[in-house]
Amino acid sequence: MGKADSNHVPKHGKKKRPNEAWKTFKRVFKTPSAKLGGVLMAIIIFCAVFAPLIAPYDPYTMDLTDLFATPTLKHLFGTDAMGRDVFSRVLYGAKYSLALGLFTAFIGTMLGVVLGSLAGYFGGIVETIIMRFCDIWGAIPGMLLNIVISACLGTGFFNTILAMSIGTFPGGARMTRGQILAERSKEYLEAAESINASKTSIMFKHLLPNVISPTIVSTTMAIGGNITAAAGLSYLGLGIQPPTPEWGALLSDGTTYINSYPHLLLYPGLVIGITVLAINLMGDGVRDAMDPKLRD
Amino acid sequence: MAPLIEVKNLKKYFDVPGGMNHAVDDISFVINQGETLGVVGESGCGKSTLGRTIIRLQEATDGQVLLNGEDITHVKGRKLHKAREQMQIVFQDPYSSLNPRMSVEATITEPLKRSGRFHSKAELNDEVDRLMKLVGIDDRLRHSYPHELDGGRRQRVGIARALALNPSFIMCDEPVSALDVSIQAQVLNLLMDLQEELKVAYMFVTHDLSVVKHISDDILVMYLGQAVEKGPTKELFRNMLHPYTKVLFSAIPSTDLDHPMHRLQLKGEITSAIDPEPGCRFRARCPYATEKCGQPQQLEEIKPNHFVSCCRVREINDL
Amino acid sequence: MSTENNSFLSVKNIVVEYTSGGDIIHAVNDVSFDLEKGESLGLVGETGAGKTTIAKTILRILPDPPAKMIGGEVYMNGVNLTTLPEDDMRKRRGNDIAMIFQDPMTALNPLMTVGDQIVEGIQLHNKNLSRKEAEEEACKMLEMVGIARRRFVEYPHQFSGGMKQRVVIAMALACNPSLILADEPTTALDVTIQAQVLELIKDLQKKYQTSMIMITHDLGIVAETCERVAVIYAGEIVEMGTVRDVFKNPSHPYTIGLFNSLPNMVEDNARLTPIDGMPPNPAKLPKGCKFNPRCKYATDACRNKEIPVTELTPGHVCKCCNLNRGDK
Repeated sequence: MGKADSNHVPKHGKKKRPNEAWKTFKRVFKTPSAKLGGVLMAIIIFCAVFAPLIAPYDPYTMDLTDLFATPTLKHLFGTDAMGRDVFSRVLYGAKYSLALGLFTAFIGTMLGVVLGSLAGYFGGIVETIIMRFCDIWGAIPGMLLNIVISACLGTGFFNTILAMSIGTFPGGARMTRGQILAERSKEYLEAAESINASKTSIMFKHLLPNVISPTIVSTTMAIGGNITAAAGLSYLGLGIQPPTPEWGALLSDGTTYINSYPHLLLYPGLVIGITVLAINLMGDGVRDAMDPKLRD
Repeated sequence: MAPLIEVKNLKKYFDVPGGMNHAVDDISFVINQGETLGVVGESGCGKSTLGRTIIRLQEATDGQVLLNGEDITHVKGRKLHKAREQMQIVFQDPYSSLNPRMSVEATITEPLKRSGRFHSKAELNDEVDRLMKLVGIDDRLRHSYPHELDGGRRQRVGIARALALNPSFIMCDEPVSALDVSIQAQVLNLLMDLQEELKVAYMFVTHDLSVVKHISDDILVMYLGQAVEKGPTKELFRNMLHPYTKVLFSAIPSTDLDHPMHRLQLKGEITSAIDPEPGCRFRARCPYATEKCGQPQQLEEIKPNHFVSCCRVREINDL
Repeated sequence: MSTENNSFLSVKNIVVEYTSGGDIIHAVNDVSFDLEKGESLGLVGETGAGKTTIAKTILRILPDPPAKMIGGEVYMNGVNLTTLPEDDMRKRRGNDIAMIFQDPMTALNPLMTVGDQIVEGIQLHNKNLSRKEAEEEACKMLEMVGIARRRFVEYPHQFSGGMKQRVVIAMALACNPSLILADEPTTALDVTIQAQVLELIKDLQKKYQTSMIMITHDLGIVAETCERVAVIYAGEIVEMGTVRDVFKNPSHPYTIGLFNSLPNMVEDNARLTPIDGMPPNPAKLPKGCKFNPRCKYATDACRNKEIPVTELTPGHVCKCCNLNRGDK
């Protein structure tokens, strides 16, 4: 932070913005592990966006003369039970799975954070209602909930996202509430109240930034879990419908042949693993960048 | 003219497991502009609760708080905001009283923005400059975060935040008890200088009688939610009349080797203010307690402006 | 300070460093002192001056890493504690040396009754005692610190802060140690309770002829409980002597500054005289005298030279090269 600030006080207010964004960006990718996560993520996103240009084959075209081909240069990840090129299917599936994983984790966490903060901050009857609701909601097995919601709403990409987001919020709510309770007794919140800060300002400016770190970590963890959970829905015929090459579906296809053709499971699994790793590494970077104690 | 702060029979009770905690029980006093009231007592005596109730961080159970003659005990909305601008707080713990994710500048700017007095970024910046200079924070620390500052500097940031709204009253909740002696003296001097310059009134809450002696015009000694003694600082230090005040004073470890303090020994520990029995709450530990002390006690003016709540005060002190 | 002496405890030239984020923190820089049997020494200084580190070094409970003892020795009754095998050292902790920590709330196990905790300590260090005998012993300890026998079966949360600290003291004394390290034992307590606990510590120390190192930031506590005092600044002893010598004739500018910072209870001076500036960053200690950036008498010599220790009167030493300055 510049030494010149004090001399150019009036100006730097305007200049600061782009600078600040760039600084934040640099802070996120400060550590080698966050850089690695960023690079991996960039590659994955690039592949997802430009799948039609990169993919050597159409992901839906079957080649019944070349079933269960082991990986070669011709078929990098081999072919599946219908002779479709697995590499191309992974590339095409990236956008579905990424979107699914990110959106469900994000929406689920946001819902949890909002409910948890309300409960933690206001306490009393608000807390009781929200938390008992979360308890009841959380007591229903996640998969059952997904099945019920999917069955009600019908299948499809957006309905799957909705079903899975709604299923995951109680955990986030409970965690956020716990964090807020621990933070609520700190005096800087009283200070904010005494300078007439509004309730929303206290909540969003003071309280949330100080409790959000564990939430970021749990969100990144949830992404991987959600990608695989979506596979379960697909398997039951409730998630994204075949032949859409969503990664979870590729995995569940692969499990059928795990003994004879392990590559069908191995490669999609590896890609999911790498994606989850990349997101986790970046998540740590974001968390560290938000904490002034870890900045320098 | 009405006094700046007038507290009338203020009560604050808390519902706790096992009964009703009489944290503040029937306290009255007056603070004039530019003056300091020292409120002294041990942990759990209700001194912090008293301060927080006055500045409306907590709701009073009963009684009145008047600010410039106007009753603010239960005002809401804009009136409450107006009242709060007049009454600010400096906290004991400079670690937890600053938001760890806000820089020095952001912390001081926030109340300025709330006040609506500043219309341009430049004005805001100038005001932050002025406040930082006022409390003695170096400009290079403007973008520092609380964890990068030591306790004394953090406390200065807290004071700057409190001053940002131009208050006429600041409740100081043990502002120096978490600081080292050499830094403690710096912050005490700063508070006294600010009072001189800005004519701000303080309510100085502390457990340390030696600290309030320096900064207060009047002193109020509390024990378990009640006022036991009240009077002008000089008069009170010359004639401590209530047994508890004497004990509190004599308990301070003294550096004077030639005149070792005659220490009054107390039995037992501080009891609680949960559903207290009528009568003097200190009597369980008081060396002078008799049956008479079980009667309800009243603050009584023993000498001009010097009030004591003890039915045996005259006997004990040969008055 | 001679190398050949028969002091009960002799701390010689200890140096301790911490590593923190690539920086080396010089926590204790060449500290030496002696302590006689039954004597009590106060270590006064501000937060981060290295007082607690000195105590932990004596007890060999430094968190290593990040802390490391770079040099020096600690002798107790002529035995070098620094080179003692860990097993032998463990026997000495509690038996010979006991430490009383600042926060009684964290020193007690919340899931055990206070009686059991004292019994455990007694049995650990005296294996010949039966459970019954140890219980009897524990009850005696509780009574000694002014806690009724019937509270033996109660849990720590049923005690108030002052009571808990008494329990901690009872635990520390249960094995009849010959040295007590008291690290700010009353800082977490109210003044009236503090007065009681200090009184108790003083009485017990006199009664059992225990040696004590009292670590505190409060000069008043030193005056009331100690015979000698060492003033610590930035990991060094800047002044040491009998309490009377140091309090009546403070010689180091830092010691003088400390006294001037105290609110005076007797006189009516309106303003305090604080020490300017802040304690130095222990990772970047100034050259020469560590106090020179805050000292109004600092000369070039103070900024560059190693400062020698001067003996003012027998036993009263001061680490300042400018002892003939104006105010003296």
